[in-house]
Amino acid sequence: MRFSRWLADRWVMGVALLVLGYLSLPIAVVAALSFNRPSSRLSYDFNEFTLDNWRQPCATSDMCDSVLRSVQIGFISTVVATVLGTLMAFALVRHRFTGRSGINLLIFLPMATPELVMGTSLLALFVSAGVPQGFWTVVIAHVMFCVSFVVVTVKARLAGMDRRLEEAAADLYAGPWQTFRLVTLPLVLPGIVAAALLAFSLSFDDFIITNFNAGTTVTFPMYVWGAAQRGIPPQVNVIGTAMFVIALLLVGLTSLRGRRSRRAALPVAPTAGRPVTSATGRRAKSPS
Amino acid sequence: MTALAHVPTSTGQPPGPPPPPRRGRHRLLPYLLLLPGAAWLLLFFAVPLFQLAAASLYDPSGSLATGYALTWAFGNYPDVLQAYWPQFARSFGYAGIALVLALLMGYPLAYAIAQKAGRWKNLLLVCVVAPMFTSFLVRTLAWKTILSDNGALVGLLRDVHLLGPDGRLLATPIAVILGLTYNFLPFLVLPLYASLERLDHRLLEAAGDLYASPVQTFRRVTLPLSMPGLIAGTLLFFIPATGDYINAELLGTPNEYMIGNVIDSAFLVRLDYPQGAALSFLLMAAILAVVFGYLRRAGTEEVL
Repeated sequence: MRFSRWLADRWVMGVALLVLGYLSLPIAVVAALSFNRPSSRLSYDFNEFTLDNWRQPCATSDMCDSVLRSVQIGFISTVVATVLGTLMAFALVRHRFTGRSGINLLIFLPMATPELVMGTSLLALFVSAGVPQGFWTVVIAHVMFCVSFVVVTVKARLAGMDRRLEEAAADLYAGPWQTFRLVTLPLVLPGIVAAALLAFSLSFDDFIITNFNAGTTVTFPMYVWGAAQRGIPPQVNVIGTAMFVIALLLVGLTSLRGRRSRRAALPVAPTAGRPVTSATGRRAKSPS
Repeated sequence: MTALAHVPTSTGQPPGPPPPPRRGRHRLLPYLLLLPGAAWLLLFFAVPLFQLAAASLYDPSGSLATGYALTWAFGNYPDVLQAYWPQFARSFGYAGIALVLALLMGYPLAYAIAQKAGRWKNLLLVCVVAPMFTSFLVRTLAWKTILSDNGALVGLLRDVHLLGPDGRLLATPIAVILGLTYNFLPFLVLPLYASLERLDHRLLEAAGDLYASPVQTFRRVTLPLSMPGLIAGTLLFFIPATGDYINAELLGTPNEYMIGNVIDSAFLVRLDYPQGAALSFLLMAAILAVVFGYLRRAGTEEVL
């Protein structure tokens, strides 16, 4: 009896941990394979421990070129998409205008359309317009599918923001520009940074849309795709592991900073802050 | 940056009590803010869809070298459907099975994180998204190692006779479905978690107080309240899974090819644009039909 109650309480957690194991297993394998010296080019099995892959990550130079190209494309796409998306988020949260539902649809649809359809339709456009495919067509495509995610992310932050802080700044004789720089921007910035990180990771990791629009430009995912037919160099796993570690560090850093700034903000917030967040939280739910 | 700086300038109000919903002083301003992004989406998302529709009606006898003529060749659609219906059926079949598996795994996971994890909540959430920190393709290739014929998993399954002595996992539908489930599971878990996190624990206690069994509590309280997240998560899982062809290519064989593999080769290998475009459009139509049918049954409200 007591055991069955204990089990009833815990089984969900047990299943959850098993599922998390299933989700984490491939990452562990990627990390392990980054220290592997494969027995042959087409073998995916663990053979022998070595540090060579980490010592010479660029032993196959095409791979490092492709990583560099992915970083360049990711960087440009992120900057453009973040600016465009943030402007749209401001318009949607701060203004009333006709045509809102049309704009919302235009933002929502790319997130609900299969990548395959977006990739092939852009290809059809570029081919019929005679645009040669390459680096810049990939950037165009990446900005296109990142913008929506930026809008959604920044919008969420803006909608949850306490407008009375800006009003207070105005009451204290801050000019509009000062209000924006000293109040609005610092409050929205975490949302913008999160959106930019999301955009970069979407761009860096995209394969399907890129594959249709890259011409002869080779990004990292395309390199891996091509190499899968010819034999994967073990250094691919070094890049995979390094990406994982960098992303994990970024998440760790932002959550640490978030905790610290929340603690710093606490003495000011408690009386006014509470009811507002709950009110905006409820409001933020309804238009979604 | 400078563009952003204008936002409060033009909507800024004089000191004094402002009307809470601001009527923009500059009625053009929102349109200016929207213009670049909306133009980008129109030009590179909406217009291409029309181009794709046009390409699907090109005369199939043309080629990339000689050029295509738009002859409203609606016959392309029945032609591709006849030639590739198995791949179509497989796409929806594999994605459907993967979805069921993902729900069986994802619901307990989301529920545990939302309701049972306490102070470990954030850590477990990071674990859910962690796979996405590394490359999709590299992760999928890792499954080749896990499911390898010489691997521990296949060895174990052979020892307990779940697999015959020559039984394989790799290059079978099982591998493709496992890969699909794995790759898109986080998309299902996150919205589900967001819904379950808002679930008031006292409602569950109340149900218990009123003599509901755990199963009844789940069916009549937890499940209905998590519906918005369940619907959003299901769609976020199903749409990319149906259109995926990376898992079929890397973990399967041509016998497991899904419609994406066919479209990829139509556009990039065979250079048969009308066929590829018709298939692509059919895929979108089929997904939209499934999605709207599903939404109608489940109630649309909170999804968009």
